Amino acid sequence: MTDTAVPTSAAGNPIGFGRMLRKEDVRFVRGKGHYIDDVNLPGMLHGAILRSPHAHARIISIDTSAAEAHPKVHAVITGAVLDTLGLAWMPTMSYDTQAVLATDKVRFHGQEVAFVIADDRYSARDALELIDVDYEVLDPVMDAKRALDDGAPIIRDDKDGQTDNHIFDWEAGDAAATDAVFASAEVIVKQEMLYPRSHPAPMETCGTVADMNPLSGKLTLYSNTQAPHAHRTVYAMVAGLPEHQIQVICPDIGGGFGNKVPIYPGYVCSIVGSIVTKRPVKWVEDRSENLMSTGFARDYHMKGEIAATKDGKILGLKVDVLADHGAFNATAQPTKYPAGFFHIFTGSYDYGAAHCKVSGVYTNKAPGGVAYACSFRVTEAVYLVERIVDCLADELGMDPAELRMKNLLRPEQFPYTTPTGWEYDSGDYPRALQLALDIAGYADLRKEQADKRERGELMGIGISFFTEGVGAGPRKHMDILGLGMADGCDLRIHPTGKAQIRLSVQSQGQGHETTFAQIVAHELGIPPEDIQVINGDTDNTPFGLGTYGSRSTPVSGAAAAVVSQRVREKAKIIAATALECSVDDLEWELGRWQVKGDPDQGKTIQELALLAHSNLELPEGVEGHLDAQAVYNPPNLTYPFGAYICVVDVDPGTGHVQVRRFIAVDDCGPRINPMIVEGQVHGGLVDGIGMALMEVIAFDKDGTNLGGSYMDYLLPTPMEVPSFELGETVTPSPHHPLGVKGVGESATVGSPAAVVNAVVDALKPYNIRHADMPLTPAQVWMTMQGKTLRTDLAFED
Amino acid sequence: MSHDHHNMVSVSVTVNGESRTEECEARMLLVHFIREKLGLTGTHWGCDTSNCGVCVVSVDGQPVKSCTMLAAMADGAELTTVEGLETADGLHPIQQGFMECHGLQCGFCTPGMMIAAKSLLEQNPNPTEHEIRDGLSGQLCRCTGYHNIIKAVQFAAEKMSASEEGASA
Repeated sequence: MTDTAVPTSAAGNPIGFGRMLRKEDVRFVRGKGHYIDDVNLPGMLHGAILRSPHAHARIISIDTSAAEAHPKVHAVITGAVLDTLGLAWMPTMSYDTQAVLATDKVRFHGQEVAFVIADDRYSARDALELIDVDYEVLDPVMDAKRALDDGAPIIRDDKDGQTDNHIFDWEAGDAAATDAVFASAEVIVKQEMLYPRSHPAPMETCGTVADMNPLSGKLTLYSNTQAPHAHRTVYAMVAGLPEHQIQVICPDIGGGFGNKVPIYPGYVCSIVGSIVTKRPVKWVEDRSENLMSTGFARDYHMKGEIAATKDGKILGLKVDVLADHGAFNATAQPTKYPAGFFHIFTGSYDYGAAHCKVSGVYTNKAPGGVAYACSFRVTEAVYLVERIVDCLADELGMDPAELRMKNLLRPEQFPYTTPTGWEYDSGDYPRALQLALDIAGYADLRKEQADKRERGELMGIGISFFTEGVGAGPRKHMDILGLGMADGCDLRIHPTGKAQIRLSVQSQGQGHETTFAQIVAHELGIPPEDIQVINGDTDNTPFGLGTYGSRSTPVSGAAAAVVSQRVREKAKIIAATALECSVDDLEWELGRWQVKGDPDQGKTIQELALLAHSNLELPEGVEGHLDAQAVYNPPNLTYPFGAYICVVDVDPGTGHVQVRRFIAVDDCGPRINPMIVEGQVHGGLVDGIGMALMEVIAFDKDGTNLGGSYMDYLLPTPMEVPSFELGETVTPSPHHPLGVKGVGESATVGSPAAVVNAVVDALKPYNIRHADMPLTPAQVWMTMQGKTLRTDLAFED
Repeated sequence: MSHDHHNMVSVSVTVNGESRTEECEARMLLVHFIREKLGLTGTHWGCDTSNCGVCVVSVDGQPVKSCTMLAAMADGAELTTVEGLETADGLHPIQQGFMECHGLQCGFCTPGMMIAAKSLLEQNPNPTEHEIRDGLSGQLCRCTGYHNIIKAVQFAAEKMSASEEGASA
């Protein structure tokens, strides 16, 4: 529903915030989207990657001669070839190194070993089978808990001075103060829990088309990256290519969720392939490659402890995390924070003290660590606190809603500085939780549950309350590889009053072409249909760090508001000149500068655009035109929050969990386009249900990835999820120019704990306090037998 | 060894009402034939294992995962792809439903989803929510949580039955 206070354009769109159908859908519903695999250049060749069948093995030899003899093969690139160019290894976004193509050893099942370039994709695949690699198989390290054992195989023996599998230790909060709180606490509850390895698995896999022009030396790289500008800079740094000679073009992206943030070996191989063959080279992952080698998420083994009084006042929280980063530490996160934003783990409650310690280790698994709509590990943090608060409720025999209500931060405490240093900008938490309880009909649900328990039926009600920190980030605290996390924005106003806005961020389906047009419309009164939003071309958009961590609207959206306000101020000078008055005599009415007290005397923004280009005599020092630029460096993160309630039914005979209802109250500040916001929440809820019940990338004893296809890595279909019941509260961010907070990952972050809490609640008659995700029928059934499974390893230790 | 020679076949289809004949390798999947030989890139590829349904097209009126079928097997068939949904009268009610109800975000699953939905409504013009979920259970979407896809199909069902009634009145 369009807000009645917002005027409507001739095309029926809100000139500002409100429900508006998406501009991009005009092409998508006609099959006219243009995705990476739709990019076809004249003379283009196709690349394919030979991957390791072993998790850990020494490469004795690679024989590519038969593949090179294939009549349709143009080149075969190996690690040895890349080594001669200094490109066998590349830096990761966490200041580690990652093999582009293996030279010495392979370190995970599915690692890149050779790259074949052929006439077509089928021939390239054929040729992979002609490459003969002789491996000496080594013992793999598959269990993070054994990675630091004496005598564990050393995975990264390529690194000077690396004598074990340890990557980092990191901590936040006050350990001594926390220990003091625990020492005198009446109640302490401990719970170990695993947030298992999952995968973003967007419907479109990762891919690229590299086109190095041998004459000009210019590299045009078509790539479905979430961060085109950051990629351009990294390519320049890594490959030594001059940055002005690199153009990254993002076509439409078929979902990202974090999977498309990093630079993958296939991209580098495609670039080298184009240099070698002097032809464009396309490489697009198949699904198994996607699930086995790129962008995994989570893999956090967490030991939590919560301290409280007997009547349920939470006093402190501590957690010790073992973080499995795979074979190369390739997480993408602000440099200062090797555990991302995990230290926001105190969540939404008022504490005396808190402390967390995170240790990262190498294992023989694919590299990565931050992906899948996680807001830099806020997902793991929210899961930890929301699960352990439920464990505390169980210990105290208290209702989990009551326990939360008793401990939630109160509105008057904002801005609130957490025990680990985050400054929450604004919030009214009790209001959001109460609304969710009201929508759910909580008391009636508890009554229904009690009746069902009498009859032996297993019904569960789970609550989760989350606080997210998004919109990274303030430049003095946050950078990736030294690049501050600010975003630029250019706004051009053409003489006829139509506009083009150029963004540094990159839509992967979020609807930026619509939302950003609405932001400009809101600030300038230009109808959204008259505003073209341009992203995805580094030659034609300003620099910025891209779209992930729910940062587009918090950072780039603020830039769009600021640049629009600059245009408005320029237009004010033109208006004063044209109306022969002082700028101080003017007031802004949406879309128009007018004389105070005489509103008939005014000029619309469209009239002013033409006047700005006309022969109107302008005051000294005023250049004319209305175009403007801005760079937004956020002063703080924004902190969206929400209250979620999940209702499940568990089949006592099979352990099958059915999500019957899901209530989600989100507060992301004012909603620019409520339809788009709700859509993002719906999607995130299904992500969360998927992780809680179905999705996991597990490994067998030999290190074989057992989640390498959609037959093994189960995503929810329409059958596993309900329709959703949404609610909203609106608490604007005080420091964002539009008050908005970002919402893209809220539901993915907030929902898994609600689902798990609901299942554990359903299993209460079995005296269960915890079971690790995913709560598959097998896991639930085994838990009911008192033998809950370790879900990340398909073998007994 | 078969790597340097594959039998070429000639495949004739009627696609979105147009007759087309193209040569391809006998092993070529229908999805690649549609995308690369017919140049209709609205049909996407997503998984290799017939799980995701982004490649669904209509083959002789039946929804088919086109990654699961060889192009040669479609010789003589009548195909409808996403590009064939719109007519001179405008967007198909299913396309309208997906736009109006925000039934898509990244758009990658949308073509297959709409073809599957069309087939569902042809068999069951007035489905319940459960029947829609069941009918689309071979399709995956990672963005929408299906909530608005269900609404989009309901929108189309209402619109199509209203125009049926209009036509028969």
